[in-house]
Amino acid sequence: MNRNAAGLWTMAGLSLVLVFGVPAVVETFALIDFTLFIAMAILSLSLAFVWGFGGILCFGQSAFFGLGAYTYAVAVINMGESTVPILLGILLPVILALVLGYFMFYGRVSDVYLAVITLAASLVFYYLIGASAGDEYKIGSARLGGYNGMPSVPPINVPGDPSKPIEYEALYVPAAVLLAIVYFGLRALLASDFGRVLVSIRENEARTELLGYDARWNKTIALAIGAGVAGLAGVLFCAWGAYVSPTVFSLVFTAQIIMWILVGGLGTLSGAILGCVLIQYLATWLGETKIADVNIVLGAIFVAIVLLVPSGFVPMFARVGDALIRRRGEAES
Amino acid sequence: MDLAVVVVIQILYAVASLALISIGLAIIFGMMGVINFAHGEFLMMGGYAFIISYNEGVNFWIAMLVVAPVTVAVIGVVVERLIIRHLYGRVIETVLATWGLSLFLIGLAATVLGYHQKGVNPPFGTIRIGAYQEGGYTFFVILVTLALMAALYAGFKYTRWGLIARGTMQNAPMASGIGVNVDRVYATTFGIGAALSGLAGAILAPIAGVLPEIGVTYVVKAFITVIGGGAVALAGTGAASFLFGAVSQAVTFLSRPVVGEVALLVVAIVLLRLLPLGITGRYFRRGL
Repeated sequence: MNRNAAGLWTMAGLSLVLVFGVPAVVETFALIDFTLFIAMAILSLSLAFVWGFGGILCFGQSAFFGLGAYTYAVAVINMGESTVPILLGILLPVILALVLGYFMFYGRVSDVYLAVITLAASLVFYYLIGASAGDEYKIGSARLGGYNGMPSVPPINVPGDPSKPIEYEALYVPAAVLLAIVYFGLRALLASDFGRVLVSIRENEARTELLGYDARWNKTIALAIGAGVAGLAGVLFCAWGAYVSPTVFSLVFTAQIIMWILVGGLGTLSGAILGCVLIQYLATWLGETKIADVNIVLGAIFVAIVLLVPSGFVPMFARVGDALIRRRGEAES
Repeated sequence: MDLAVVVVIQILYAVASLALISIGLAIIFGMMGVINFAHGEFLMMGGYAFIISYNEGVNFWIAMLVVAPVTVAVIGVVVERLIIRHLYGRVIETVLATWGLSLFLIGLAATVLGYHQKGVNPPFGTIRIGAYQEGGYTFFVILVTLALMAALYAGFKYTRWGLIARGTMQNAPMASGIGVNVDRVYATTFGIGAALSGLAGAILAPIAGVLPEIGVTYVVKAFITVIGGGAVALAGTGAASFLFGAVSQAVTFLSRPVVGEVALLVVAIVLLRLLPLGITGRYFRRGL
């Protein structure tokens, strides 16, 4: 069995455990925490796809996440039913990404210059929504609330039936299923022609274009797919906490997402999930136990990883695993 | 008429403070191709060094113009030796490593220095302009920034050290071949960039105050200004500060500060679309 297939089966098994096993053994309170980790893991996957495979260093992934969350909040408050708001929460970030992507990639902006544009875009949201305190800033019956954010956002409900909310621990299973769908969806996408072209653009844009592929178009689509996934994560996050505030657009939040991916390993999808859960868990644990300042620990880890394990943990484990298998093979033969 | 004068002064002040917070980052980016995301924390540490030493009884000007830059320069050289030098030539990795460093320094400042520092009042009182008043310190910031830019230009253009630095940045192996200690030039340049950041932090501390997280507000603006300016440090930062500072301050006058901030960001986005390598990617390419 080659490594790809082995990885696929492992992840399939893990998803089954995540969806069916975990709720059976874990307490309700922890399950609610896990739901948040899952929303964040989906966000992490979205950037892992855009950055790790599209080669687009997007400092504005939080803009798509936040836009998804705010769209859901505004729409569900106005409509009272959650199905359409969820779809809007995915659609609006996609549209934003298409506009931004057209703007950037068709202007041949790349590298660190691209990072600045995406960062600036997310800060535009930060300032604008932050300045929306007061009664005059509302969309329909939803008040935006400035830096105080939007409290009491209604939960997701059973499609078509607002009287049956899916909240607290009940949100866990749908969230876990969504995580699995996103993960395997992205894997399938990467195995398709589009995915191969995308990776090829990451490796060498000029050569890929000379072979007749339009790098601008493919990158725009990749950004849009990532934005849709990030928007979905935003919807889940907002429905989970019944709350959203402009901090989702801040630089600090963006830094977090990038860190998750770096810890897990750039260019892997499972690494993005692992890194996200590890860092989130560590931050929560440090915040509760107060053993050390969260920033000091996370910052030191961040620096150490860039210097010592630049490929991240999952590729490192994979290499160690490969080496072990090879050694055993040699011993047998 | 008086209003026009005040508006012009405010715009000049916005431009100057933008250039001031960006210049250290610009030197490091332009000369070494490194984006130092802990730049905001360098400013923060400059502010702390100034305020703490001043409150301990050091003379105001010595605390601001000597203690702050020297302290941050030393920290900068340590950072360069420990972290940055392993990452030359890899822009994205330097961004990520220094981002981690920035978190680390914020945490350290919060733990060790704390949030409660006595503020320092800006000196020079106020100056009357017709029916309006303007803080004398505003003029000081504008003049200091001009003097700094001029000194840097002269230093890079006319001194022997400036020549060696420019030569190293253009072609490091060649410089090394004719006997320049490239390692030391890099460390020194990084130290100078850090010293400038420390100085800027100290100069702005009486106005902005100091907090462990204050760097976050600085670094975004500085980052956008430097990248908008492009790879040529002085000319790029000067031009970008002028454009961004003037637009954001003018819009602030016409509406609200928030709209000014947003205008700055939007101008930056449009600028990078039109000039994908920053202003100096097309203009002033042979400048400094």
